Amino acid sequence: MSLFDDPFRSDRRLTAGCVCGRHASQIEHDHAAHAQTLQLQQQAATTATASEEERYQGVVASAVMRAMFPQDAARRAFLKSVGASTALAALSQIFPLGTATEIFAQGAALEKKDLKVGFIPITCATPIIMAHPMGFYAKHGLNVEVVKTAGWAVIRDKTLNKEYDAAHMLSPMPLAITMGAGASPIPYTAPAVENINGQAITLAMKHKDKRDPKSWKGFKFAVPFDYSMHNYLLRYYVAEHGLDPDTDIQIRAVPPPEMVANLRADNIDGFLAPDPVNQRAVYDGVGFIHMLSKELWDGHPCCVFAASKEFVTTAPNTYAALLKAIIDATAYATKAENRKAIAEAIAPANYLNQPVTVVEQVLTGTFADGLGNVQKVPDRIAFDPFPWSSFAVWILTQMKRWGQIKGEVDYKAIADQVFLATDTARLMKEVGLTPPTATTKSFSVMGKTFDPAKPDEYVASFAIKRS
Amino acid sequence: MTRSLTLRAAVVSLLFFAAFVLAWHLATRGAGATVAMDPEYAKLMGATATQGKSAMPGPLDVAQTLWGHLKDPFYDRGTNDKGLGIQLGWSIARVGLGYLLAVLVAIPLGVMIGMSPLMSKALDPFIQILKPISPLAWMPLALYTIKDSGISAIFVIFICSLWPMLVNTAFGIASVRREWINVARTLEVGTLRRIFTVLLPAAAPTILTGMRISIGIAWLVIVAAEMLVGGTGIGYFVWNEWNNLSITNVITAILVIGVVGMILDQLLARATRAVTFPE
Repeated sequence: MSLFDDPFRSDRRLTAGCVCGRHASQIEHDHAAHAQTLQLQQQAATTATASEEERYQGVVASAVMRAMFPQDAARRAFLKSVGASTALAALSQIFPLGTATEIFAQGAALEKKDLKVGFIPITCATPIIMAHPMGFYAKHGLNVEVVKTAGWAVIRDKTLNKEYDAAHMLSPMPLAITMGAGASPIPYTAPAVENINGQAITLAMKHKDKRDPKSWKGFKFAVPFDYSMHNYLLRYYVAEHGLDPDTDIQIRAVPPPEMVANLRADNIDGFLAPDPVNQRAVYDGVGFIHMLSKELWDGHPCCVFAASKEFVTTAPNTYAALLKAIIDATAYATKAENRKAIAEAIAPANYLNQPVTVVEQVLTGTFADGLGNVQKVPDRIAFDPFPWSSFAVWILTQMKRWGQIKGEVDYKAIADQVFLATDTARLMKEVGLTPPTATTKSFSVMGKTFDPAKPDEYVASFAIKRS
Repeated sequence: MTRSLTLRAAVVSLLFFAAFVLAWHLATRGAGATVAMDPEYAKLMGATATQGKSAMPGPLDVAQTLWGHLKDPFYDRGTNDKGLGIQLGWSIARVGLGYLLAVLVAIPLGVMIGMSPLMSKALDPFIQILKPISPLAWMPLALYTIKDSGISAIFVIFICSLWPMLVNTAFGIASVRREWINVARTLEVGTLRRIFTVLLPAAAPTILTGMRISIGIAWLVIVAAEMLVGGTGIGYFVWNEWNNLSITNVITAILVIGVVGMILDQLLARATRAVTFPE
């Protein structure tokens, strides 16, 4: 039963089976119990209203009833024989329900108010960054310090060190950390996707006429990190055009700020990078935008908001408030009319440290492409917090395809463990959004449909692969 | 004669400086080719692309930025945007702390090694292997084990300033003149007293030379370390401005780093002179 049900109804089950009886396994039970705790504590954290007090009372009463009648059958028999109102009266005589409810409401306060959240200065971090100057953290009772960080490896280490409570990461990173690829395995979660689309392939000006990937043999490309959507999309793109990304071209991990400088210095021929790096290359006249990542896969995730499993379990209220602030900010960023204001809020030196016009071109989608045209693509970058578990499965198939993970992979289990779609759906509802009802969806990458139910067949279907 | 030499040297220095600035100014004047552009498109582009402005700033830009930083060195506009003065303060504090720890370890250890030929021989292989390791190579290991980027940066400073001091102290102590030690022995001076009244004063110039080398290295390393871990400090400032491809600010920071490094070095040089004695 839900915690908010009336425990004084005999036709409801409070407890049964293992611990609660509703789940096939203990793990499943723990997960649901955790989600439930989150849910009620989250609701407790919001300002108390009359209806919420009633709800608390229900929560406390069911806890007391459960303690008194560990056997659900006994409770039901008891209620049937004396009636619900008598039972309530009897119960309040021996147990101060009112006091307990009050204590519960106070106990659900935030465990921690001062938080540190790390970010990399790119537009993917827009929700995390803008929530600071635009007051979304404050709205949910948090005092968050957003800390600019030098690179992906550093942000990973600082989050693992607990210097940061949560951080902006590339969507494959929490998966890689959880599985211990490129780091020691630590359970990690990605409860919200920050942005979808918003990347691009930029080429040096001298390659103006080489728009066909087949002519790219020997090119040197930069991507922000090995475990990044950028790496997988670039590999996917060139492989679809018959080039082997490991032998026909060179792919290097280069921190985003150094990409433009390297392009200018002619060290690389192009990059698949997050914005504002692409637009900055155009702005400085060193490169042109070959194609937006949206043309490869419309609606692909890029970066996520990530937190350790430990933070989620030890500070559930804080975690929920933080995630709500992020979802709230993401919802605000979704609206095209807000984008200009956001660009102005996040461009200063304290955040992205970029000229406002560069950030504005990225967020509004009206941009110079470097070839003399002004393009209008309103969904060049879009924001949608829902962490589709099928996104995680796709990422895992690519990690497998390029040999970053070896052996048998339980795609679905890892995806569900890291991409917390259920939590997000509930919190989305709380901030007034409509979450999707499913947690997986099918999509197509460069015209090839991906079925999240058949990951192994998908990996096997590629001609160029490492496994 | 020396006076006129100093004067002449100053004049030559100034001439060099003026020539350098002039060449710099001419090289960056920005007469690149401009392409005709649609005004709507041009509005979305930077000055480098539209006016053919050089990507390298001229001396006037740098002077202006430098003046702007000097006018307001302690501003604080949030976690990631603090004034140059505050950033320098952070870097100097880190260097100071790491360096101090290194002094506390290196000098006693150095004295021990210098006094005992056995220890000297036994510890030599370790020192020889650890000494040439780039301090930044320790960074990932430090981050992993210490689990705190601030302390890791201090540790890196500690490890890089340790070796020159240790080696110099050991060498200085070991090469104190035998006669002095023999005199002390004849007078039946105890070990501790011998260290403080004979060995350390005699080895002081060598020890301080080691300390001077160390502070130079520490200052070199802090910039790189802060660029890696970020957060605060002059290294972070350079990284943050590099992020914005603001070469003007990067050059400004380079100048400031040079000046602070020179000041630190001069402080130690003075101290060395103070303990030097004529033989």
